[in-house]
Amino acid sequence: MDDLLWIFISTLLVNNFVLAYFLGLCPFLGVSGQLETSFRLGLATTFVLVITALCAWVLNTYVLIYAPYLRLISFIVVIASTVQFIEMSIKKLSPSLFKSLGIFLPLITTNCAILGLAIFATNRGYGLVEGLTFALGAGAGFTLAMVLMAGIREETEINDVPALIRGTAFNLIIAGILSMAFMGFAGLFSST
Amino acid sequence: MATDITAYEEMIKGLWRDNPVFVQVLGMCPMLAVTNSAINAVVMGLATFFVLVGSSFLVSSFKQWIPKQVRISLYIIIIATFVTVVDYSLLAMLPAIHKELGAFIPLIVANCMILGRQEAFASKHNVKYAVMDAVGMSGGFMIALFALGSVREILGVGAFFGVDLFGANFEPWVIMILPPGGFLTLGLLLLFFNWFTERRRQFLDKVAEAERVAVAGVDKNG
Repeated sequence: MDDLLWIFISTLLVNNFVLAYFLGLCPFLGVSGQLETSFRLGLATTFVLVITALCAWVLNTYVLIYAPYLRLISFIVVIASTVQFIEMSIKKLSPSLFKSLGIFLPLITTNCAILGLAIFATNRGYGLVEGLTFALGAGAGFTLAMVLMAGIREETEINDVPALIRGTAFNLIIAGILSMAFMGFAGLFSST
Repeated sequence: MATDITAYEEMIKGLWRDNPVFVQVLGMCPMLAVTNSAINAVVMGLATFFVLVGSSFLVSSFKQWIPKQVRISLYIIIIATFVTVVDYSLLAMLPAIHKELGAFIPLIVANCMILGRQEAFASKHNVKYAVMDAVGMSGGFMIALFALGSVREILGVGAFFGVDLFGANFEPWVIMILPPGGFLTLGLLLLFFNWFTERRRQFLDKVAEAERVAVAGVDKNG
């Protein structure tokens, strides 16, 4: 139990996917204009991450022991098609949920955080429960970073920022400061 | 002869005018994650170069046979195949660097720049242009990686390609090789790029204005 808690907290704060591993930067810089949208994107991503962890575990345990060199290709194909399949089922079963997640689902599949999660979980030899906890922590960390970023960006919208720096350069510098703040969590565990 | 010039232009445009990192802001993940030293940046750049050129070549050679509905999946599978090749070759040839780059070599698959070039360029042009475009784009990517990696290594470690630059009295800016340094350096580089482009635009405007005035003066006198 302690192990699982450790995995969750360390992925959420210390090794935050966005701010420490630079995974999922495209949506982080691209879609973080509005608080509401970012939060929903975060939730949708968490959902996909959990499914990814499940797929990765199944593939690793039953298929890839026979053909490790197919790891990358099979991860991508299986994850993309599973997400597509789930998207179709949600559309059929719960239109309201589809409306709130829907537009983001296909975009998320190409997000590097998804593939990154599968690869990290494999490299560290996580089992099913550990993998799922890892995915939840990563998703929560992604949501946290997105929401923080969107909040800051909404605030700075009305500030007087020089025209030259507006846009990506400005967002990257904000992200740098956020990342610096998150480094403060590094002392949370003595073993990290 | 004329086609040679345009093929050359396809290559050059990726280096500066349409630079994938500074102008299009694509491929950020590998960009920031592996650029804590110049050598890592160069290896990452070469790996991306191989993957992009190889998959552009394949995609544009087979473009007639790729059905429109499944093209994205096919592109991804082609890219993933090349990345697997790179991953295993690096493991065999440069095990130390492979270990340091770790999970970020497989993550080249998720580099949106590569998929973007297949969709936007290689699937619509013939092999020669597609390869030239891929060379230019990955060259531009490499320049950006190298710039970022060098700045971070020089400031963060006080060395360049592992060669000590400043002697024992230099206090390294450790923050530069940590994640925040990646964000800050790229932000400042982008700022510099914007400033440079803006200056150049103003300069060209001024030249055009001066020419217009000169022409108008000639008209009046004549």
